[in-house]
Amino acid sequence: MFAYYLQLGLRSLRKNPLLTLLMVLAIGCGVAASMTTYSVFRATSNNPIPQKSSQLYVPQIDNWGPDSSKDNKGEPPNAMTYTDAVNLMRDKRAKRQTALYPTAVSIVPADASMLPFRETSYGWYADAFGMFDIPFQYGQGWTAGEDESHASVAVIGKALNEKLFNGGNSVGKNINLNGRDYRIVGVADKWNPEPVFYDVTNTNGFDDPIQVFIPFTRAVELKTPTSGNNNCNHDPGKGWDEWIRSECVWLGFWAELPTKAEADAYRQYLNGYSAEQQRAGRFRWAPNTRLRNVVEWLDYQKVVPQEAKVSLMVSLGFLLICLVNTVGLLLAKFMRRSSEIGVRRALGATRREIYIQFLIEAAAIGLAGGVVGLLLTGLGVMGVSLVFEPDIAKLATLDVSLVLLTVLVAILATVLAAFYPTWRAAQVQPAWQLKSN
Amino acid sequence: MTVQIKPILSALRRHKAGTFLIAMQIALTLAIVCNALFIIQQRLAHLSEPTGLDEPNIFVVQNEWVGQATAEQVDAKMREDISVLRALPGVQDATPSNSYPLRGGGWDDGIKLKPEQLQDTSGAAIYFGDDHFIDTLGIKLVAGRNFRSEEITSMNVRDRLSPPVVIVTKALANKLFPSGDAVGKTIYLVGGPTTIIGVVELLQSQSVDRWAAGFAYRSVIVPKRLAISLGGWYIVRARPGQLDAAMRAAPKALFEHNPRRVINDEDGILSFSQVRSRAYERDRGMAILMGVICVVLLAITAAGIVGLTSFWVGQRRKQIGVRRALGATRQDILHYFMTENFLISCGGVVVGTLLAVAINLWLVTRFEMHRLSLVYVLAGVVILLLLGQGAVLAPAMRASRVPPVEATRSV
Repeated sequence: MFAYYLQLGLRSLRKNPLLTLLMVLAIGCGVAASMTTYSVFRATSNNPIPQKSSQLYVPQIDNWGPDSSKDNKGEPPNAMTYTDAVNLMRDKRAKRQTALYPTAVSIVPADASMLPFRETSYGWYADAFGMFDIPFQYGQGWTAGEDESHASVAVIGKALNEKLFNGGNSVGKNINLNGRDYRIVGVADKWNPEPVFYDVTNTNGFDDPIQVFIPFTRAVELKTPTSGNNNCNHDPGKGWDEWIRSECVWLGFWAELPTKAEADAYRQYLNGYSAEQQRAGRFRWAPNTRLRNVVEWLDYQKVVPQEAKVSLMVSLGFLLICLVNTVGLLLAKFMRRSSEIGVRRALGATRREIYIQFLIEAAAIGLAGGVVGLLLTGLGVMGVSLVFEPDIAKLATLDVSLVLLTVLVAILATVLAAFYPTWRAAQVQPAWQLKSN
Repeated sequence: MTVQIKPILSALRRHKAGTFLIAMQIALTLAIVCNALFIIQQRLAHLSEPTGLDEPNIFVVQNEWVGQATAEQVDAKMREDISVLRALPGVQDATPSNSYPLRGGGWDDGIKLKPEQLQDTSGAAIYFGDDHFIDTLGIKLVAGRNFRSEEITSMNVRDRLSPPVVIVTKALANKLFPSGDAVGKTIYLVGGPTTIIGVVELLQSQSVDRWAAGFAYRSVIVPKRLAISLGGWYIVRARPGQLDAAMRAAPKALFEHNPRRVINDEDGILSFSQVRSRAYERDRGMAILMGVICVVLLAITAAGIVGLTSFWVGQRRKQIGVRRALGATRQDILHYFMTENFLISCGGVVVGTLLAVAINLWLVTRFEMHRLSLVYVLAGVVILLLLGQGAVLAPAMRASRVPPVEATRSV
């Protein structure tokens, strides 16, 4: 039966090739536009660490006061001062926590014929490896003891290990950073969360994966400058020492709080800490703190580019118009066959059978539209780099799930569009049609 | 010749679904096309803003030093580099700086007119530059004087920014001193007081993003070299026509002089046209995307109108034959279908206009966009009415060719 209806449908589609082509193209274009823009939206709104996104939190402390925060809807600064970060680390109120910043280090290869180069590198605490679920190829992260002793140790990424040590086990070997030797304690396996939630303020969410990790304490001791942002509301004074004691914000901070109770306790602790700073005279305002988990933080930092949202909206509108168009064309197509329907009905076909026949015909159009849409989506995804910068464009890919989704949306949308024309077709009065012939 | 509207309306009443579908398609298309055109215009206006620089001849080098060094050592290395660059045959001038227009970020500061003021009078982009800065960028000094070479000093990145003298842009001068006598006046940076000695015509700030829109052309040039152990930027102006040669020669000469540096293969050296295209990548891309969507959308809507009208014509062949037999001319039939489409389109554009404004209002609240100007709605209305008439022309012509004898045939 199904095969017969499909055959009928295909024959009818061949009867008005132009009308059919028009519908297939309309659906193809609509679906392709939506899927292309959706691929960007999906990549940028991705949850980078789903297993832990509700347990990792960014605390924010208002150390600038209402004069500054009123320009920012009352929100505290997006980054932390060295003073606050070190105090929070010392108090140790979370299961695990870390301060972090992008360190400006260059790698000096042992092979003197190779030029020095830079890789994305961060200074953070030992806890971070466990917090962020970083997989290891060789060795492991350094210990809390090494944080305290400001040890010259490093963890390097897989790609850097390939480059420097041909992918061998380099644990125990040395790497020269900024002219100083660091002992490699671990080689991280591929770890590339997208968006890079751990440092949205400096990257806007998209950057190359980290290849060098060094202890925060060591980096600060060596006065390693940040390659990220530094924001001051007042003159920070002269030199490194005055700067790190100033109210300039330049550090990221993450705390792992596995349960809601722990998160609530940490919130109270942050307020208590701020109140303490107020009593000590450093803050001349009431505590103003925030604690956001990964999803809330990415949302607050507007990681999904405005362009991705607007173009998705416009494309969905486009798809809607294509569907309205398809409803009209299907209506024309089906009604033109009133006499055929009349004959079939008179010969005993029930309304139900008419419904099934025409919906199958529509699904065939949808399938064809899906195939066209797939080709156009492929082109569209390649063209994403015209609209977005390479960091984002490379994330938009035509994978299996997008292929399935494209075809599914095309078929569903067409069948949905076919409901009204099919209903009209099923209402055809056999007697009337037969009489007029 | 008058066209009877009443019979058209009563005919349309018998085709409610088709009429509604065409009108709705026109309404939705209008709503989207208006907003898309508006987005295109906004983006194009944004990306055609001038920097003030002699862009065709300028390129920038991002130099990163290897290892850590004191500010004095970095400054010495930087000065050597600049003399290496200035000595190249294809180079007209070069200057070290902390940033350049369209880079996307840099140093910005608050400017006050009195030290006790709580609110800044204006934000401003801070450019570090030596006495060659103005010449290298090709910007025009419109009042006062340039820096003298003895005024240029070195500064550590963590030092207080308090230059004794500065040069400001006309946009900033006009904001601070509307009466136009900025030269010689004292203003206050975060680090302390300073005197304006010169005013340049135009120098865009370092970012064209929304956050920097408040001080887009308000820039301050300070007579300093910023010594960062990380490295910094060299802005180089090539002699006319020698940009490519100079861009190839510059890194070679720098590496020959001192190999302990990193100049990224990908974006270590950028001509200013590359800088510009990077800065406006999203704007240009959005404009292209919206343009493509508009064109495809209009094509699909037109095709839809052709399809549905053809169907109507096919359905009404007999009636058309009767009308022709009763004395209606071909013209009458043609006008009938054109008018019918016009009436439906009018209904569509009325709804579409409301929808366009509603969508725009939503975009304004959600994405900080601007209010839609009525010109775009009018343009959209005209485009869609013309589109409708154009699309209906072919089926209407076919209808007008239906012979009167059709009236006598069954079906």
